[in-house]
Amino acid sequence: MIHARGLSRTFDTKHGREKKQVQAVQGVDLDVEAGEIVGFLGPNGAGKTTTLRMLTTLLKPTAGTATVAGFDVATQPVDVRRSIGYVSQSGSTSPEALAGEEIVDHGMLYGVGKQQAERRGRELFEQLDLDGLWTRQPRTLSGGQRRRLDIAMGLVHDPGLVFLDEPTTGLDPQARANLWTHISALRSERGSTVFLTTHYLDEADALCDRILVIDHGEIVASDTPESLKRQVAGDLIELIVLSADQVAPAAARLSALAGADAEVADRTVSVRVPRAGTELPGLLRSLDADGIALESIEVRRPTLDDVFLELTGRSLREHA
Amino acid sequence: MTFLRETSIVFNRQLRMNLRNPAWVIIGLMQPVLYLALFGPLLESFAPMLGTDNAYMVFVPGLLIQLGIFGALFAGFSLISEWRSGVIEAERVTPASRTALLLGRVLRDSVQLAVQGIVLIALGFAFGLRGSIGGMLIGLLITIALGTACASASNALALTTKSEDVMAPLINSVALPVLLLSGILIPMSVGPQWLQTISDFVPTKHIVEAVRAVFAGDFANGVVYWGIGWTAVLVALGLWAGTRTFRKENA
Repeated sequence: MIHARGLSRTFDTKHGREKKQVQAVQGVDLDVEAGEIVGFLGPNGAGKTTTLRMLTTLLKPTAGTATVAGFDVATQPVDVRRSIGYVSQSGSTSPEALAGEEIVDHGMLYGVGKQQAERRGRELFEQLDLDGLWTRQPRTLSGGQRRRLDIAMGLVHDPGLVFLDEPTTGLDPQARANLWTHISALRSERGSTVFLTTHYLDEADALCDRILVIDHGEIVASDTPESLKRQVAGDLIELIVLSADQVAPAAARLSALAGADAEVADRTVSVRVPRAGTELPGLLRSLDADGIALESIEVRRPTLDDVFLELTGRSLREHA
Repeated sequence: MTFLRETSIVFNRQLRMNLRNPAWVIIGLMQPVLYLALFGPLLESFAPMLGTDNAYMVFVPGLLIQLGIFGALFAGFSLISEWRSGVIEAERVTPASRTALLLGRVLRDSVQLAVQGIVLIALGFAFGLRGSIGGMLIGLLITIALGTACASASNALALTTKSEDVMAPLINSVALPVLLLSGILIPMSVGPQWLQTISDFVPTKHIVEAVRAVFAGDFANGVVYWGIGWTAVLVALGLWAGTRTFRKENA
C-alpha cells in the first residue's frame, strides 16, 4: 500500500540573514502492506508529520520516491488523493457549518454524487456513533464527537488506505478508548489499511500490528510492539531485600541470571531478562536456598517508552 | 467540466454559510449606507463646486468602489479561520483543483458584492441619484470585477500570512492611502495639482472616474477606457496571486 525509498525533505529557513537548511526527514524507507495497521511513533519534531504530509501529497519530497496505493506521490498526486483518506489533527470542518452538509460537500469534492455522498455520510454517522448530529454545528460537538466527524470526513469516498495524524491528541481517556475501538473497526469491518502517527506509546501498543519509530528524521526501528519490546529491553525484575547485607548476594544471583550486572539502589536490586515469566520460579527457589529474604518482588513488562529510550537515548515523555 | 463542478461545490458551501450568518454582509453594507445617509447630504451643497448639479452622481460611484475595495480586501479573514479549523487542508487532500478551491470562494465575494452594490444604488435613488441605467449596470460590473481582484488578492494574503494580526494592519496601511488618493468621497479634480499628480499613479482613481463617467452616460469618455483597462490589469494580477498561492504546496 505504501512504499517509500529514501524519502527526504529539506526546509530552507532564514535565521536573520543566515540561510540554513533543516533536514526534517532524511532518507526514510518504509513499507506498509494492505490490511496492516501501522503506527508511526516519535516525539514532536521527529519528522512524523512531515513524512505524513509527503505521503498524502501535501508536501513534495526533496529527494527519494514514494508510491501510495500504487501511485507515485510526486507525479500522480491526484490519483493518490483519490485513493486515500486523511484525518489531520487540526480538524476538517468549519465550526459554523452543519456537520451533515460538511460531509456531503466533502464527498462531492471527491467526485461522489450528491445523493450517494449523503447516503454514505449517514451510514458513517451511524457507524461512528454520530446519530442525530447531522444538523448540528461542529462547534457544539464534544472533542470526541468532532474527532469522529473528522474520521467520517476522511472516509466519505471509501478509501482503502486511511492516514490518521495524532488521532487522539487532546481527548479525555474515555473518548480515547472509544476512538480506539473505531480505529480498530476501520480494518476489521471495512478492511482498510491504517497508517497513524502518535506520540502515545499505549496507543501504538493497543492499536498497531507494527510500529515504525522515527527520530531526527530517520527510522530507527520497525517491528511489532511485542518484539520491539522483547528485542530492545526485555522484562524488568525488581526486588527489594529485607536487610541491607543481603543486597550483594541478591545482586550476584540476578547478575548471574541475566548475564549482566544488576542495578542496585539502596535495597532495590533490578535486572532485565528476555522472559521474566520463565525465570521467576527458579530465581525464587535459589534466593530462598541462599537464605535471602525479600520484602517484595515485581516484574514489569517493558513499555514502548523503554524501547524508545533504548533506541534514542531519550524518553518519549519528555517531548510529549 | 470537473473544474466547474468543483468550483460550484465550493461556492455553494460558502454561500450557504454566509446566508446562515449574514452579519458580515450586513456590516459590510452598513459603512457605505452610513456614508450615503450621513455624509451625502453635506455634499449636496458642494455639488456646483464638484462640477455637477447632482452630488450623488459623484458620491455613489465612489461609495461603490469603496465597497468593492474594502469589503473584498477583508474577505481573506474568513479564509484564515477556515484554515485554522483545518478545512483548507482537508480540501487540499481531495482530488479537487486548487484553483477551484479559490475561485469558489472568490465568486461568493463577487455575488455578495453584487447584492450590496444593487442595494447601494437603489438607496442612492432614494436620495436623489439620477443617471444612465445602462451606465450604472456597467459601473456595477466594473465594481464586481475590481472586488473579485481584491478578494482573490486578499485570499492569497490570508493563506500566506495565516494571521489576522498581520493581515489587518497590512490591509489598512494599503487601503487607506489608496482610498484617499482615489477620490472616493470628493473627486481628485478639485484638489491641488500635486495631489492630482500623485493620484494619477493610483489605478483605482481611474476606475472611480470611469464609473462616474458611465453613471453620467458619458461612455465615449477616455477615462472609461483607462478605468476598464486598469480593472482588467488588477483582475489579472489578483487572480494570478490567488491561484499561485493556492497551488503552492504546503500553503
